[in-house]
Amino acid sequence: MTTINPCGAELPGTLGEAMPFLCRGAVVTLQSTLGGSVIAIAIALVVGLMATSRLRSVRGVARAYMEFFRGTSVLVQLFWLFYAMPILTGYQLDKVGAGILALGLNLGAYGSEVVRGAVQAVPPGQREAAVALNFTPYQRMRYVILPQAFVAMVPPMNNLLIELLKTTSLLSVITVTDLAYQGRLLVNSGSDQLVVFALMLVIYFLFSYLITLLMRYVEGRAARVVGRERPRRRRSAPAVEGAR
Amino acid sequence: MTTETQPGHDSRAESERQWMIRFDKVVKRFGDVTVLRELDFHVKPGERVTLIGPSGSGKTTILRLLMTLERVTSGTIEVDGRYLSHTRRGDRLVPADEKHLRQVRKKVGMVFQQFNLFPNMNVLRNITEAPVRALGVPRDQAEAKARELLELVELADKADKHPSRLSGGQQQRVAIARALAMEPEVLLLDEVTSALDPELVSGVQNLLRDIAQQGNLTLLCVTHEMRFARDISDRVLMFDQGQIVEEGDPEQIFTEPEHQRTREFLQAVLDA
Amino acid sequence: MIWDWDWTLEILPDLLTQGLLVTVQATLGGAVLAFVLGLFLALLRRSRRAYISRPVGAVTEFIRSTPLLVQLFVVYYVLPDFGVSMTALTTGIIGLGVHYACYTAEVYRAGIDGVPKGQWEAAVALNLPRHWTWLSVVLPQAVRRSLPALGNYLVAIFKESPQLSVITVVDVMGLARELGSERFRYLEPVTIAGLFFLLIAIPASILIRRMERRLDH
Ligand SMILES: Nc1ncnc2c1ncn2[C@@H]1O[C@H](COP(=O)(O)OP(=O)(O)OP(=O)(O)O)[C@@H](O)[C@H]1O
Ligand SMILES: [Mg+2]
Repeated sequence: MTTINPCGAELPGTLGEAMPFLCRGAVVTLQSTLGGSVIAIAIALVVGLMATSRLRSVRGVARAYMEFFRGTSVLVQLFWLFYAMPILTGYQLDKVGAGILALGLNLGAYGSEVVRGAVQAVPPGQREAAVALNFTPYQRMRYVILPQAFVAMVPPMNNLLIELLKTTSLLSVITVTDLAYQGRLLVNSGSDQLVVFALMLVIYFLFSYLITLLMRYVEGRAARVVGRERPRRRRSAPAVEGAR
Repeated sequence: MTTETQPGHDSRAESERQWMIRFDKVVKRFGDVTVLRELDFHVKPGERVTLIGPSGSGKTTILRLLMTLERVTSGTIEVDGRYLSHTRRGDRLVPADEKHLRQVRKKVGMVFQQFNLFPNMNVLRNITEAPVRALGVPRDQAEAKARELLELVELADKADKHPSRLSGGQQQRVAIARALAMEPEVLLLDEVTSALDPELVSGVQNLLRDIAQQGNLTLLCVTHEMRFARDISDRVLMFDQGQIVEEGDPEQIFTEPEHQRTREFLQAVLDA
Repeated sequence: MIWDWDWTLEILPDLLTQGLLVTVQATLGGAVLAFVLGLFLALLRRSRRAYISRPVGAVTEFIRSTPLLVQLFVVYYVLPDFGVSMTALTTGIIGLGVHYACYTAEVYRAGIDGVPKGQWEAAVALNLPRHWTWLSVVLPQAVRRSLPALGNYLVAIFKESPQLSVITVVDVMGLARELGSERFRYLEPVTIAGLFFLLIAIPASILIRRMERRLDH
């Protein structure tokens, strides 16, 4: 029995025609998702924690960031970063770089809200106990608050990462050769539309599912850390405000 | 502060050691609610004091001020001769920074009504984490100490358990061990048995009784359990509306209170 | 001066009339479709017949898990093959509406679940017919609970509407792209488009947060 390469050109009919290209695109989609996630999570942590600061000015900066990037469309931000910023600053990002940055900046703003909410949802008694035990402010955050907040962050983060995956498709508009780009190219060059679009959607769906599996695992681990038996099952629809 | 003694000054005289805790005209407001009105009181080192009074009279607020969880609106608090949340700059008192707060917090420990154990750590880590992180004690040393304390609170077999697996009484005993692990000079107890099921109360109370009798801890205890208060304290302060209405040794307060307000309060507690 | 003010003033009126009109049409059209279709999906999803609720659940989940852009392609390229021909704007409205209906369905579902059990029991006690229980007792309360979240989705649809420019709809973003490509200079039109979205979306979200707080009381 021979194993079948799902990306091989020897598959029958439209499959053989489309899959090699779609696979190449899927890799770019995955890379963009990964890159965007890293930036988004980093921003979410920093800005989200800033939003819980006692200092008004720090909170203000965080709020401004969040409102700004949640207030405009990713597509506009993407265009601006790629086409407009170079004129203003003379600095040209390559298209994948601009794409990943736009994803990270945008989803990072939504993630900040998640982090802020989760941190503030940790019961105040926990912080007070940590003060009474003479932890430094950093230690309170690092060893007491964040580990507990983390559990609450995972489910909404799961939704955001799926949003991020879906949003990578917009990178095709600035000609990043991702899954959406390759699919559209195939259709324009005469492949069977129905098959190509179905394949694209299925691949996106599988990636979403992969993210959910991964995050369920993370959630299970995190829940065990704070001593919950098993994570409560929850709906996967975004509970985040204005989930884009 | 114009008195000749200058508490909080670096070269403090031996006589100032006579107060472990000293409230001087302490005012605390939340918005326009005044909770403490120019409160003055002193506690000697090793003294065990119980605060009683009706709900909302400001007992918790006093403990939270001492734990630096709240800041005074005006007036000063000293612990062991040092200002709690002020530092002296020239002639003026200015709010202290985090570094100063961490110095004075070393002397004070607190046990909460709701235990507040950390759910992301097992029992042992709950006890060792603060000595290791905040005091820099080597971990093995901290663990040895923690096991001793667990022995004391009769939970030696629960070291590796998760806090949520313990009963309320056991959780509170862990919380007591956790506070003691920091070797405080002052221990604050805020209604530590009121969140417990009735049958678990006596275990925790007996433990605290032992601790009160053994060490030379200064205890500040808020409780509605009059018998417990009588057992562990040298002195009882009766609060109402942010001021002390009456104070005295437990026998006197509980058997022949002088003030009408105290009588009413004690009657109400007994009826409950 | 890097910023071309003359050109800005030249393109601004077009963006704010022609472009705005299309953006508003797309947003409102998409939202109405999403709000109505979403309610039906929520009811189907709650059906006690598994052969209805399961597939509906699976399809909405699938649509939520895949990109709007690709779904727009499907409607735009595939429907004409089946003899359905529509303007790009109509196509876009359908794409937006269906996509977000799968989100609002979840909102309604939570709203319905949030109606206290006592309300159902009271309706039974009053011997209200079942469909009437839904219409006069449950749904009004559920929809009221759902309003803030629906408001958020209205803003979300507004912010996602620029994607329609990819299927040649000339909304604010489509027009900005067109203008930009004429001179191959995107700075001014895209910046104006961005500011335009900011100026509407931020006050809108603040308004919704207010509404949310009001409804909480
Ligand atoms: N963070 C706060 N913000 C506003 N008001 C507060 C705050 N903390 C306490 N108060 C008010 O201060 C008053 C005293 O509260 P405190 O908790 O010290 O009373 P208590 O004597 O401990 O009462 P109890 O016996 O019910 O525990 C109360 O009227 C309370 O409402
Ligand atoms: Mg209290």
